[in-house]
Amino acid sequence: MTPQPRTLLDKVWDAHVMATRPDGQALLAIDRHLLHEGSFHAFGMLDHAGRAIRRPELTFAVADHYVPSRDRSGPIPDPEIATMVSTLAANAGRHGIRHFGLDDRQQGIVHVLAPEQGLTLPGLTIVCGDSHTSTHGAFGALGFGIGATEVAHVLATQALWQRRPKTLRVDIDGVLGPHVTAKDVILAIIARIGAGGAVGHVLDYAGSAIRGLSMEGRLTICNMSIEAGARAGMIAPDDTTFAFLEGRAYAPKGALFAQAVAAWRQLPSDEGARFDREVTLDASAIAPTVTWGTSPETALPVTAAVPDPGAESDPTKAGQMRAMLDYMGLTPGTPLESIAIDRVFIGSCTNSRIEDLRAAAGVLRGQTATVPGLVVPGSGPVRRQAEAEGLDQVFRDAGLDWGEPGCSMCVGINGDLVPAGERCASTTNRNFPGRQGPNARTHLMSPAMAAAAAVTGRLTDIRRLRRR
Amino acid sequence: MQPFMTVSGPAAPLLEPNINTDIIIRIERLTGMPRSELGAYAFEVWRTPSKDLPKPNLILDRPPFRNAPILIAGRNFGCGSSREAAVWALMGLGLRAVIAESFGDIFLNNCFQNGLLPVVLPKDSLDRLAGEAATGDSVTVDLVACVVRTPSGEAIPFTVDPQRRQALLDGLDEIGATLKRDSEIAAWQSRDRAARPWIWATG
Repeated sequence: MTPQPRTLLDKVWDAHVMATRPDGQALLAIDRHLLHEGSFHAFGMLDHAGRAIRRPELTFAVADHYVPSRDRSGPIPDPEIATMVSTLAANAGRHGIRHFGLDDRQQGIVHVLAPEQGLTLPGLTIVCGDSHTSTHGAFGALGFGIGATEVAHVLATQALWQRRPKTLRVDIDGVLGPHVTAKDVILAIIARIGAGGAVGHVLDYAGSAIRGLSMEGRLTICNMSIEAGARAGMIAPDDTTFAFLEGRAYAPKGALFAQAVAAWRQLPSDEGARFDREVTLDASAIAPTVTWGTSPETALPVTAAVPDPGAESDPTKAGQMRAMLDYMGLTPGTPLESIAIDRVFIGSCTNSRIEDLRAAAGVLRGQTATVPGLVVPGSGPVRRQAEAEGLDQVFRDAGLDWGEPGCSMCVGINGDLVPAGERCASTTNRNFPGRQGPNARTHLMSPAMAAAAAVTGRLTDIRRLRRR
Repeated sequence: MQPFMTVSGPAAPLLEPNINTDIIIRIERLTGMPRSELGAYAFEVWRTPSKDLPKPNLILDRPPFRNAPILIAGRNFGCGSSREAAVWALMGLGLRAVIAESFGDIFLNNCFQNGLLPVVLPKDSLDRLAGEAATGDSVTVDLVACVVRTPSGEAIPFTVDPQRRQALLDGLDEIGATLKRDSEIAAWQSRDRAARPWIWATG
């Protein structure tokens, strides 16, 4: 009998099922467990129960959420934040877990560092107590976020009970227009399917536009899968993936790499594999995109105007729109390009890789920012590469600050905040109320678009700026 | 984990869709604060007015819904960040069950890990329940019978994964249960080390 064609998710999932319960939940083997400072709860749970860590060699700790990005010359001034960072180091140390701390040249945002170090590989299951673990799906891995109790479960068992998600294939064919980036693509996808449109699903991104993306672009796409409600996002591995991985610190070497690649080539979905749902987008129709509200689903082409709740037939949705406009301080009908901003942030696990910084620097070279801003590279290696290329000087010359690697202004916990009522053009992933600081107003966009906003002081169509 | 069997009391309707975990608990509260104190800071973004952006009172702060054990929420409740403290904060408010059209996937899992029962109901049932509950009359969530009883006496059925239901009823420690499969896990890992040696070459 001919075997049933399988999806990428099917193949990765089936390869990791260790046991199945009568209710359909599977005990999944976990290949990589990534930790950050928030893991102290999980270690506390294990200590309380007197439990050991099963596979410390498959566990990696990264200081990123709470670390300062401005000044690392002395101790962290906030004692609570300092304790968070030192507790991670202590927990990693006593359990023999590899720790990428502030004194490590490789330190960075966990979802930038793991791919860069070759910890992320095709076909792996990867978990972390962070919702943007979906990022790692760019390699054809199944990466997903978990809570503190599940972190403790993985530490103790190197496994996790999960129900197989459904699949939603997102096909994007065609050629992206000039200055249209992966960030614009994922914002367009979220706008199309909604912030909860993929709940219970893994997004499987495919099509010529996806295949044409660099690994950095693919990481951006998969990173924001969670903003559509998805459990994870995945892209089938190909030669672009393998070329990126070869020679990385933790990637297999020599004959083992060749053996791994042979296995990885079997991962893409089989011809005729069935998906639970399918959505198609035309790449050429995607424009540079920004958000106007307090959910990533409020993404629109930058050439559009702030929508009018009065034109919305659903009263619940109209009410939600009014609340968003009130929070964001916007008036219906206002052209998005006329919205003045107060500052910019370029960074985060979505857009802090070298390609992102090059794109932003390309816009800012020879220009002066009209608003303050902060550029934070995603890792030590990205920072050094950017400095070797002179990108840091481009940012400084434009009047922006150049930071140290970490989550920085994406989470508003490490000293980097958008002041109340201020409007920030940001390359992050969430424009939720208060996300970048109490009463901060966030507009999401690509690095080039954020750089353009820095130059003009307002939301700006990068295509118009680049034609000057 | 605290077992869950049945809970009765006022059910506060908070039907806005896509209420995320940043709204439920701000990240600043996750550093030095014990879990038991997080309830005071739940929905802080909505409870703290400012001169720039005044916020209406949260329904959970108003009688008859102060200390309500049940929340009726909109679709995709608990989306966003994986922070389990969102569940701890809700429980700190006295909530034992959240009824919604759908939940963020990670939040849903976190609920089951802590004894906060997430109940999924179709939109028409949810709207009907919210309408009846708006008076503050008692609603019952019964995990034994898997029904929500409205103030008028209607029994709305819901489903929960059988294993998860039993774990909630028993207050089960899932890690302990999984560790009983230790030999199974060890055997799988041994086979995997041979089949995919590159996974294990992390030294």
